Amino acid sequence: MGALKKNKLQTTSGRPSDASVGEAIAKGNALTKCSLFVFGLGNILNKQIVRGLIFLAIEIAYIYYMVTFGISAIGNFMTLGTKEQGQTYNEALGIYEYTAGDNSMLFLLYGVITIVLTLAIIFIACMSAKSAYCTQLRKERGMHIPGIKDDLLSLREENIHTGLLALPIIGIIIFTIVPLIFMILIAFTSYDHEHQPPGNLFGWVGLDNFKTMLGQGSKLAATFWPVLGWTLIWAVFATFSCFILGIILALLINRKGTRIKGFWRFMFVLSIAVPQFVSLLSMRTIFNANGPVNVLLREFGLLGATESIPFFTDPTLAKITIICINLWIGIPFTMLSTTGILQNIPADLYEAAKIDGASAFVIFRKITIPYIVFVMTPNLITSFTGNINNFNVIFLLSGGGPDTLDYYYAGKTDLLVTWLYRLTITQKDYNLGAVIGILVFIILATLSLLTYRHTGSYKDEGAFQ
Amino acid sequence: MKAKRFITNTFVHILLAILSFIWVLPIFYVLLTSFRKESGSYKSYIWPRGFTLDNYANLFKPTSQIDFFRWFTNTLVIAIFSTIIAAFFVLCVSYCMSRLKFKMRKPYMNIALILGMFPGFMSMIAVYYILKGLGFLETGVLKQVALVMVYSGGAGLGFYMAKGFFDTIPKTIDEAAYIDGATKWDTFIHVTIPMSKPIITYTLITTFMGPWVDYIFAKVIMGNDTKYYTIAIGLWTMLEKEYIETFYTQFYAGCVLISIPISILFVLTQRCYVEGLSGAVKG
Repeated sequence: MGALKKNKLQTTSGRPSDASVGEAIAKGNALTKCSLFVFGLGNILNKQIVRGLIFLAIEIAYIYYMVTFGISAIGNFMTLGTKEQGQTYNEALGIYEYTAGDNSMLFLLYGVITIVLTLAIIFIACMSAKSAYCTQLRKERGMHIPGIKDDLLSLREENIHTGLLALPIIGIIIFTIVPLIFMILIAFTSYDHEHQPPGNLFGWVGLDNFKTMLGQGSKLAATFWPVLGWTLIWAVFATFSCFILGIILALLINRKGTRIKGFWRFMFVLSIAVPQFVSLLSMRTIFNANGPVNVLLREFGLLGATESIPFFTDPTLAKITIICINLWIGIPFTMLSTTGILQNIPADLYEAAKIDGASAFVIFRKITIPYIVFVMTPNLITSFTGNINNFNVIFLLSGGGPDTLDYYYAGKTDLLVTWLYRLTITQKDYNLGAVIGILVFIILATLSLLTYRHTGSYKDEGAFQ
Repeated sequence: MKAKRFITNTFVHILLAILSFIWVLPIFYVLLTSFRKESGSYKSYIWPRGFTLDNYANLFKPTSQIDFFRWFTNTLVIAIFSTIIAAFFVLCVSYCMSRLKFKMRKPYMNIALILGMFPGFMSMIAVYYILKGLGFLETGVLKQVALVMVYSGGAGLGFYMAKGFFDTIPKTIDEAAYIDGATKWDTFIHVTIPMSKPIITYTLITTFMGPWVDYIFAKVIMGNDTKYYTIAIGLWTMLEKEYIETFYTQFYAGCVLISIPISILFVLTQRCYVEGLSGAVKG
């Protein structure tokens, strides 16, 4: 009841530009309602010629697109192509000639693009109705009806977010959202190495890929579960080891008695400054079977002349090696951000604690640590999700190896993401890759939603302002 | 008490010395190998038998497969353009999320959070086909434009850091500007941006470094167009089986050469990085 009342109040006294789309449709006059179907009508008839014409032009462009291309694209999207590429024997030349067939991949892509455009047009239809309603209200109340000049000027003031966000959002739609929808749909098709367009068609298979991946008995399932297990173990170890040790390192450097702080910091920061693929590739050569570490051990007589420690070829040792090398990369990052936080802790907190007679240890436990944790928790979550998706470290160090025949094109140190990479780039099983992508997403989404929403800095954005 | 403190201090310093030795060692090995006289990959000894500058000199003599200087300029151009676009996107979005109140704010932030949970290159294949469909993979130059778009296109999602920074700038400063008659746009350009040097530098550096270290996307888009390779794919090529024996030492020379500018940039702006992580206005 209260909400309803509030709503009513808003429509009578609120600014016209605050009106919602639903309100526009419910309470608008005939002209406003027509604007939902003939874009910009309400604007054109109310002397907002340019704004109306832009709306109208968009609608005409969309209708033209749908008639010439879009409707057939939707049709093809449903079937993903029916005509397979054929071979006919050309007797005159004595060779087989290919007859063009349907390309399922392109059909899928065009289908997605058409759907996204249609969603966009529905959004614009709502905008058009809202804009017409807004003008209607202004007219009824005898307010000034803004022309195109006012519209452009409003981009600097009340509509500034439209101007600032337009380009970034277009970029996100083209380079993130459309490709993502495309790949999600692929998870429900048979687009694997045996169904490669343009030579072969692929079709919709529903949830079959998920069933084989998560079910029992198949080689895929026998790969998926161990790889998932290792991914989680890796993420936990990589995140927390770097986090804790990084904080300890920062505390060691920033404690009162430590001299030449800048120098120590510099030594560790150096490893961040070196591009990651350089340091990782050299780490790989350093721990190679014939690399310097093994050579050194041989020279000290700890290993025989031809012996070597299988840093990357023994499954268990490879995992340990990778986690240790990751410390080398990760600790300086935590050290750096913790240093920043330590220097930023308000001095009055410490002074107050001292006046109250708190010992150094109590101050550390009650002020320093909670402060670091408060600021770093979001950081911890992002680095955990980042580690689940840590492609670079695994790919550049071990390449997922050592390979094993028990797995479906995966190695013992493969994470889900590197396995995804192998499946798509080398193996061309796009549907399986997409399934893994979706599963990774589900895992991350659950984890983050569970934790992120409970952290202080999400709930209360301005807590430390 | 004093003796105890002395012992702890000594212990800490020794520990730090050992640790930083471990941290610097791999970098030292890269340097050492880049000056090694004998070519070839793995050796049965650590210390090189002779030193030379040829590895560096040879990098700048282009061969049919290896053209270091060209790769370097390719990457530089791509990095500069994508940095400008991406930094602009990031600043716009984070300013909106931090300072403006509008209906789409929370939904946008949630969508960004959700999109960030998909593995980045899951969509790589789709991006590849979209670019192909748009005709961007016809010539080498267009491929470079495509790469710039790929690096900067999704930048609007990575606003958390800058938003957090803007959140620490007191709102009263904005309000003072409004009272003086500034529009929100003026406030953004003339008040917020000048106060945000640390986070701008941070954004610039991180996006600038992207093209230097990414090679997965670059490789997928460039294919076998060696002339238009970026430095990362180029160097990776040097370690491939058919090249590794010839180019192993040159690979390290190349690594040193690209690490130096990036390191200098990084160390010089380390201050901004730390400040950017921790907030704008010191109480």
